[in-house]
Amino acid sequence: MEWHDDAIVLSVRQHGESGTILEALTRTHGRHMGLVRGGRKMKPVLQPGNSIRLQWRARLQEHLGNFACELDTARAGALMESREALAGLNAFTSVASATLPERGPLYEPVFVASTILLDAMLEDGLAHWGAIYVRWEAGLLEALGFGLDLSSCAATGETEDLVYVSPKSGRAVSAAAGAPYAGRLFPLPQFLLGSQNEVGADDIAAGLALTGHFLFERVLRPTGKPMPSARLRLDSLAGHQDGESK
Amino acid sequence: MSAIGPEIERLIQLLAKLPGLGPRSARRAALDLLKKREVLMEPLALALTDAARAIKTCEICGNLDTASPCALCCDPRREGRVLCVVEDVADLWALERAGVFKGRYHVLGGALSALDGITPERLNVGSLIDRAKQGVEEIILAMNATVEGQTTAHYLLDALAETGVKVTRLAHGVPVGGELDYLDEGTLSAAFKARRSL
Repeated sequence: MEWHDDAIVLSVRQHGESGTILEALTRTHGRHMGLVRGGRKMKPVLQPGNSIRLQWRARLQEHLGNFACELDTARAGALMESREALAGLNAFTSVASATLPERGPLYEPVFVASTILLDAMLEDGLAHWGAIYVRWEAGLLEALGFGLDLSSCAATGETEDLVYVSPKSGRAVSAAAGAPYAGRLFPLPQFLLGSQNEVGADDIAAGLALTGHFLFERVLRPTGKPMPSARLRLDSLAGHQDGESK
Repeated sequence: MSAIGPEIERLIQLLAKLPGLGPRSARRAALDLLKKREVLMEPLALALTDAARAIKTCEICGNLDTASPCALCCDPRREGRVLCVVEDVADLWALERAGVFKGRYHVLGGALSALDGITPERLNVGSLIDRAKQGVEEIILAMNATVEGQTTAHYLLDALAETGVKVTRLAHGVPVGGELDYLDEGTLSAAFKARRSL
């Protein structure tokens, strides 16, 4: 068995003295693991967030298999320089690792969105890529079959003035229909509806709370997994920025 | 019936657990030890027993030494107002080999890793904050230039903010003897960002 694919490094774990178990998000083979021989020399390449070209080989499909990798885009070095980018990178890798099933082949849109997200993290701070991160998690939920329905109000069917999301159904709720339950509904950041208005720190914090809730309730909790601590740290960083902006 | 007795087999199995040794090299090492029983095997056994009995983890910095506090913490010639934080004792030894630092150390005992379940509670962070409050002027974060190492550095920066101590970290960039052509893009990017005037 052999294939070649583009991939993003999610995590690495030492295996024996010189081997490394690499966990990567691939373009067409989903989240995939494999053994990299002589992984110690490859350490600069095998840093989370880097894009690589992978060759996977195994005798049988169900084997762990061996990876041969070549660096495509190095991001880890630049991402390490910024506290916010590092928090974003850790949240991205831990959420992808915890939620995507291993060897699920149907996630090319998630892979493409991940590349866009990581490139955005290189450019600027959380205020710049926070909205992209929230969209990435919303896309992840959709790819996993738990997408939010933000097309119309769950109560009235209205398509205008959607400002809340129901924590139970994941559907949008209009301002008028949601007013009596405002305290129990999630605020809907308008950038998730395609609004071109400037995205504020409060929008990012609200978006993270929204996607975080559904990731936990619909994907992580049913499989007995906690919310990754790196994701919680991103929440607190966004909450801190929101507090500062007020 | 095996040609190797159970005692030798056990010796080989234990030696094979050491870094750098596999079953074949462990067999060679065991055979060599047995051939040099008086000049090598018995002194080695004695040294291992002594080390296992005498070596402790320093209660102040986390270094390994025969005394606690360790020789580095007790040395009056070392600068007590500058602390260098390292992930592991091996990192401390590397810095001591280089002889570039004359202050005191703090061994964290690892780096934050969600994958391996290493949380701040499992590292020596509390004792670092306590030490920072005791007249320390600068803390140097000598963490590995990996995502895990730098995540730990940022975490420590936040944790140490309340102490008001100056926090610095090691530079990342071109190694001595390194040729640009052979460097990975991540190192080159870090080197460019950390460039300085001549």
